[in-house]
Amino acid sequence: MTTPSKIDSPTLWDSKEMQRRTARRYRQERIFRAAGLGAVAISALFLVVLLGNIISQGTGGFFQTYIETEVELPVKVLGDPRTMTPEEFANSVRRANMLGLVAKSLEETFPEVTSRSEKRALIKIFSTGVRGQLAQFVTENPNVVGTRQKLWLLASDDIDQVVKGNIDTETDEGDRRVSDRELAWLQKLEDAGRVDVKFHTTFLTSGDSRNPEMAGVWGAVVGSALTLFVTLILAFPVGVLTAIYLEEFAPQNRFTDFLEININNLAAVPSIVFGLLGLAVFIGTMHLPRSAPLVGGFTLALMTLPTIIIASRAAIKAVPPSIRDAARGLGASPMQVIFHHVLPLAMPGILTGTIIGMAQALGETAPLLMIGMVAFIVDIPSGITGAATALPVQVYLWADSPERAFAEKTSAAIMVLLFFLIMMNAVAIKLRQKFERKW
Amino acid sequence: MKKYLLGTIAALAFIGSTGAHAQSRDQIRIVGSSTVFPFSTAVAEEFGRTTNFKAPIVESTGSGGGLKLFCGGVGTAHPDITNSSRRIKQSEVDMCAANGVSEIVEMKIGFDGIVMAAAKTSPSMTLALHHIYLALAAQVPAPGTDGGEGHLIPNPFKRWNEIDPSLPNEEIVVLGPPPTSGTRDAFVELALEVGCDFFKGNAALKKSNENKHKQVCQTVREDGAYVEAGENDNLIVQKLQADGRAVGVFGYSFLDQNSDVLQAFPVAKDDAEAVEPTFEAISSGDYPVSRSLYVYVKKAHVGVVPGIKEFLTEFTSEATWGDMGYLADRGLIPLPEDERATVAEDVAALKPLSLK
Repeated sequence: MTTPSKIDSPTLWDSKEMQRRTARRYRQERIFRAAGLGAVAISALFLVVLLGNIISQGTGGFFQTYIETEVELPVKVLGDPRTMTPEEFANSVRRANMLGLVAKSLEETFPEVTSRSEKRALIKIFSTGVRGQLAQFVTENPNVVGTRQKLWLLASDDIDQVVKGNIDTETDEGDRRVSDRELAWLQKLEDAGRVDVKFHTTFLTSGDSRNPEMAGVWGAVVGSALTLFVTLILAFPVGVLTAIYLEEFAPQNRFTDFLEININNLAAVPSIVFGLLGLAVFIGTMHLPRSAPLVGGFTLALMTLPTIIIASRAAIKAVPPSIRDAARGLGASPMQVIFHHVLPLAMPGILTGTIIGMAQALGETAPLLMIGMVAFIVDIPSGITGAATALPVQVYLWADSPERAFAEKTSAAIMVLLFFLIMMNAVAIKLRQKFERKW
Repeated sequence: MKKYLLGTIAALAFIGSTGAHAQSRDQIRIVGSSTVFPFSTAVAEEFGRTTNFKAPIVESTGSGGGLKLFCGGVGTAHPDITNSSRRIKQSEVDMCAANGVSEIVEMKIGFDGIVMAAAKTSPSMTLALHHIYLALAAQVPAPGTDGGEGHLIPNPFKRWNEIDPSLPNEEIVVLGPPPTSGTRDAFVELALEVGCDFFKGNAALKKSNENKHKQVCQTVREDGAYVEAGENDNLIVQKLQADGRAVGVFGYSFLDQNSDVLQAFPVAKDDAEAVEPTFEAISSGDYPVSRSLYVYVKKAHVGVVPGIKEFLTEFTSEATWGDMGYLADRGLIPLPEDERATVAEDVAALKPLSLK
């Protein structure tokens, strides 16, 4: 660039014209980068706002208010564990009037409460779940019968919301669900240090309930796991075999073209259509039980199949032909070529497709509505033919419940759903790393 | 790999075959209305906790969808009980009978009020049913007429005080349920239609041209004043708090749970005095926009699926559906005491329904 030339050539780097042009190119480059960075920043911002919102609302759902009270556990009410078999004792405990025992213990703390209606209001600061809580405690520790025990018992959902600050106690008494009287009782207990917000394991270990303080996600987690298990063992082999056949064996003709178009179209069909199909085929014709993870898994497998097939075909296509040629050259049969060479190399791509499909299946509620999995089920599912619901369904049902305390349970359930998803992705990434091969 | 595949296929075949034979049931299955869902699930849970029977499975399918499943036939593949936020129709009874479901036991469980409410910070108003009709219908009587053939114009009202000077000078924005919802059906029937017949010309249409009457009195305007806010009533409550102009339409139980942030508007029928949607007013029938909730039981399944009789006993006990029962706690408005007694008796005797 040392020869100064009079010719106005575009390669003359120090000419004014050229400098302007390069400056413009650099500017465009910078704008393009900034736009890219901006796009990343905006999506990151959305993610942070969404997650922040869910986490700030949902954290409370993992905690619950407990009230300490000293309960007398008389033999007369509970039965004598020394003279009964454990089953008889458990039955007698289950029939016992636990709320009555709690009410009695409250009488000592609030001697001023004497009228029947007031007493009835007073016991409502506790959840009806204390019956189960006490029964379980006594059944597991039979030697407490006949003693007095200091116990932390579950508070009702309204009291819980007040303690967590989700109910505005400054408004007129008639405008809120918790009366001034109840607030005064709560204050007295709080002053005595008998109110505490504790981590609530019930939320992670029990099934659904109409009482927010007793509701748990475990039933839905098990339901989702069973459903996805059925989906995986059906969709993965069928999807991969289809992809192998179409990629490696199928002749290129009108029929396979037609098949390909249909598979691509199926990937874009709204999920509720698969629900209708599931209802008609699996429940209507095959008479499989309603609300079962088996049917849910079959239905979601239909929905996931196209995704797995398309991703697997792309992955198989990406394996270099030289690998196949080399294997054949060494005398491998077509099946050996595929199972020993092509498939292991395509596995990372296939797994990526599978995990995308499974994540989609995990988040679906629409097809489950048709086959009866949008349901209130208290028990933890017993197996793939028992009645079950799924995590997104649980989120949907809680979001639609009138009780205020379900709002934080909804967000907490979303957090569990996200955790489930992250775990699934982690397994997939681990497997992918194992199969990944560089050449 | 081959072994795994064969194993999988064998496992699936096995699962499939066991599923196909799992036809007997030891658990009650309930389907139906999403309005009754919070109540019947509460009973189901309590029933599961206090008896040796398993808690029934309750699906939320909507009233119409539930009755369709219910009427699908007799046998354990079909549900035992369906919830409905309206009474069963003759056509549905016929469909049931055609599929062999000849004896149905009807249980009226209580009332649900449909309220019109707004955020606490919004101006309050007292509505009459014909105000609601004028605010929300697609066609209204032309000025100076009382409606009927030839006197109808597309709804011109944009602000509440254009309808009646006593109403506030605010834009009309009403958030309500979509047409698929039972709440919408009931709202149209109890508020719009009654408000529509306040105008004599419209009322006369009912005899002269029933289809026209239906079209005039049941069509909701679609110019943006009525916003379909989805089936989720919690969403409507949230939107009301965010938008001070908006008025929401939803079930009483949501008002009950959110009374610290919402105010409900008193509603008047015709020229009568306006009534606030309170527990007492809905229960006594004074509040005009309230409906009955029903549960239907398949008689043929009683004794086949264990626990149905006991479940009904639980449902009709005073501790459940009485004035102080736990359903009242959840926002169900109980039936009057003597009606409760009659219904409980009929249900205990499994008296089959007849619509005549």
